[in-house]
Amino acid sequence: MVVSISERAISSALTKEKLADLYRVMVRIRAFEERVAKEFNRGKIPCHAHLYIGQEAIATGACASLRPDDYIISNHRGHGHLIAKGGRTDLMMAELFGKRTGYCKGKGGSMHCADFDLGILGANGIVGAGITIAGGAALTAKLKKTGQVCVCFFGDGASNTSRFHEGINFASILKLPVVYIAENNQYAISVPFNYASNVARIADRACAYGIPGKTIDGNDVLTVYDTVREAVERARHGEGPSLIECQTFRWAGHYTSDPQSYVSKEVIDEWKKNDPIPRFRKYLVERGFLTAEEVERIHQEISDEIETAVKFADESPYPAPEETLEDVYA
Amino acid sequence: MPELNFIQAINQAIDEEMRRDPSIVVLGEDVRALGAPLGEFKGLFEKYGAERVIDTPISETAILGAAIGAAATGLRPIANIMYANFLGVCGDELINQLTNMRYMFGGKIKVPVTIMSYTGAGTRHAAQHSRNLYGWLMNVTGLKISVPSTPYDAKGLLKSALRENNPTIFLYHATLVKRGIKSNVPAEEYTIPLGKADIKREGKDVTVVAMGLMVHEALEAAAMLEKKDISIEVIDPRTLVPLDKETIISSIKKTGRLIIMDEEPKTGSAAGEIAAIIADEAFDYMDAPIKRVCAPDTPVPYSPVLEDFWIPDENALVKAVSEVV
Repeated sequence: MVVSISERAISSALTKEKLADLYRVMVRIRAFEERVAKEFNRGKIPCHAHLYIGQEAIATGACASLRPDDYIISNHRGHGHLIAKGGRTDLMMAELFGKRTGYCKGKGGSMHCADFDLGILGANGIVGAGITIAGGAALTAKLKKTGQVCVCFFGDGASNTSRFHEGINFASILKLPVVYIAENNQYAISVPFNYASNVARIADRACAYGIPGKTIDGNDVLTVYDTVREAVERARHGEGPSLIECQTFRWAGHYTSDPQSYVSKEVIDEWKKNDPIPRFRKYLVERGFLTAEEVERIHQEISDEIETAVKFADESPYPAPEETLEDVYA
Repeated sequence: MPELNFIQAINQAIDEEMRRDPSIVVLGEDVRALGAPLGEFKGLFEKYGAERVIDTPISETAILGAAIGAAATGLRPIANIMYANFLGVCGDELINQLTNMRYMFGGKIKVPVTIMSYTGAGTRHAAQHSRNLYGWLMNVTGLKISVPSTPYDAKGLLKSALRENNPTIFLYHATLVKRGIKSNVPAEEYTIPLGKADIKREGKDVTVVAMGLMVHEALEAAAMLEKKDISIEVIDPRTLVPLDKETIISSIKKTGRLIIMDEEPKTGSAAGEIAAIIADEAFDYMDAPIKRVCAPDTPVPYSPVLEDFWIPDENALVKAVSEVV
C-alpha cells in the first residue's frame, strides 16, 4: 500500500521547476512553524498555535495538484494548508501577532486565517466543522459550472465527529467535487487513533459512502501529489468525492505548549527519521533535480522571507480598540 | 387584494425571490416531494429543478454547513431547518460558523444564509418541537431575526431577508399557521425592512411589545381592556435583531408604561433584553415598573391542559396591565 519515493518513478506532470517549488513550499511551512514556536515562547504571539511540523508533505502535495481558483478548507492546524495554497507568510504572521495588517485584521488569529482570493476558505477552530462547509463550496462550483474542486483537510480526530458522516454522505449523494484529506497524525490531542476508532484505517470508511478511499504515506510529497491529483480530476469530471487518508505524525504535540508526555520517545524518534523534507531533498539531489547549491539557496530565501514576515508583523500597528465593533454585519 | 395564509405568503416570497435572483437555492428535508411538511416550498422543485431545490438527508448539520460554504462562495442559500428546536442539532454551525465567519475573517466575506424554521408552542408537540428561542438567538451575535405575526409581514420580511448580505433567521409561528391566520397581501411587489417595528394597535395608557403569536393575544387583551376604558398600544417589533428601539421608546414617551409579552421562559428571554434596553435608555419616561409576561421556566409540556397553562395568554396580559395602570 505505501510506496516509498525511491521505489517509483516521478510523476510525469512534474517539471524540474515544479519539483523545486514543492521543496520550497515544504521548507517555507517548516520555517514558518519553527518561527511561530519561537515567537510564541518570546510572548509575541498571544495564543498557542497548532503546528504543522512533520506533516508538510500533505498540504504541499495536495495543493500542488490544484488550480489557483480551487478551494481549500482547513482546520485548527492550518498554517501549512494556507502556505501551500499560496497564503502570504507576512500577513499570516501579522495575524498571529494580533496586528491590524494581518489576514483578518487581528480578529481571527491562528485558527481563522482565510484568503478567499486564493480559494482559502479559512482555518477553523472547531474539529470537523470544515467537512460540511466544504460540501457547500463544492455545491457553488457545481451549480455555477466553474469546474472548481474543494479540498477539505481534517485530522484523525475529526473523522470521529458526526460531520464526517453527515458531510461526506451529503457530498456523495450529490456527487459534489470534494476531496477529503484525512491527516492521520495518530493523536487527537492525547487520544491515540487506534484507541478512538474500531477500524485501523480512516479510508476504510469510504465504502460507507460508495466513494474511493485510499491510505497513503503522508510523508511522501510525490505520493500525496499523485493520489490527490487523481481524486481532484475525478471530482472535476463530476464523478464525486474521494477520501484520502495520509499517515503522518505531528512532531510538536497538539499545540505549542504540549510536551507530548503521552507519546513514547521511541515513537517520536521513529517518525522523525521519516521527516518528509530531507527525504524529498535526498531524492531530488540524487536524481539531479536540484544541486546542493540550489537547495542551500532555497533555504536562504525562505529564511530571509520569514525574517521579513516577522519584522513586518512586529512593526505593524495593533488595531485600534474600537475596531472591535467593526465587521459584524456586511 | 388576495387573502393569503402564512404558508401561501411564504411560498410566494420564496418564489418571487428565486425568480429574481438565480443564486438563491433551497437546502432542506422533504422539499422535493412535499415542498417541506407544511408546503412552504410547494411547486418550487417543479419550477426551479433539483439543482436549486435540494432535498437533503436528515442532517441539519449538513444543511446548515453546506449553506455556509455555499454562501461564502457566492450562492444565497435558504437553509430549511423545519422546527426551531432543531437548531440545537446544528448548534455549532449556527453559533460558531455562520455567525462568526465574517467577523473572524476580518470582514472580508459575506455569508448570506437565510435559515427558515417554524417555532412556538400551541400545537401539542411537546418540549422538543415547541420552543421559541428568541432570547437565545438574540445572544448569537451576527444574526438578524425575523418574527412575523401576520402573513403580510411574513412575505415582506422574508423577501428582505433573502436580499440581506448577512445571516438571518426567519421564524414563523406554528400556531399561527395552524389557525390559518390570513392577511390581505397585495399583488404588487413590496418588502418590509428588517428593523422596522409595526404598531398593530394604537393606544395611550400602556405600551405592550409582543412578537409572533403573542401579538394576537395582546390584540385580544386590548379589546377586553377597551371595555374597561384602558387603551394599550401593541407594538410588534417584527425583527428582534435589529430591534426598533425608537418606535418602542416613542410609544413609552406617550404611555409611561411598558409590558413585554414573550412566549418563552422568562429567564434569559427576549423580554428581559428589551426591558433592560428600556430601563437603560428610557427610564426617565417611565411611570411604572416594566413588566414581563412570559412562560414559566420549564420545558413546553404536552397535555393541552398543561400547554395552555404554559403559553402566556390575553388574561395574563390583562392582569399585568391592571398592575401598572
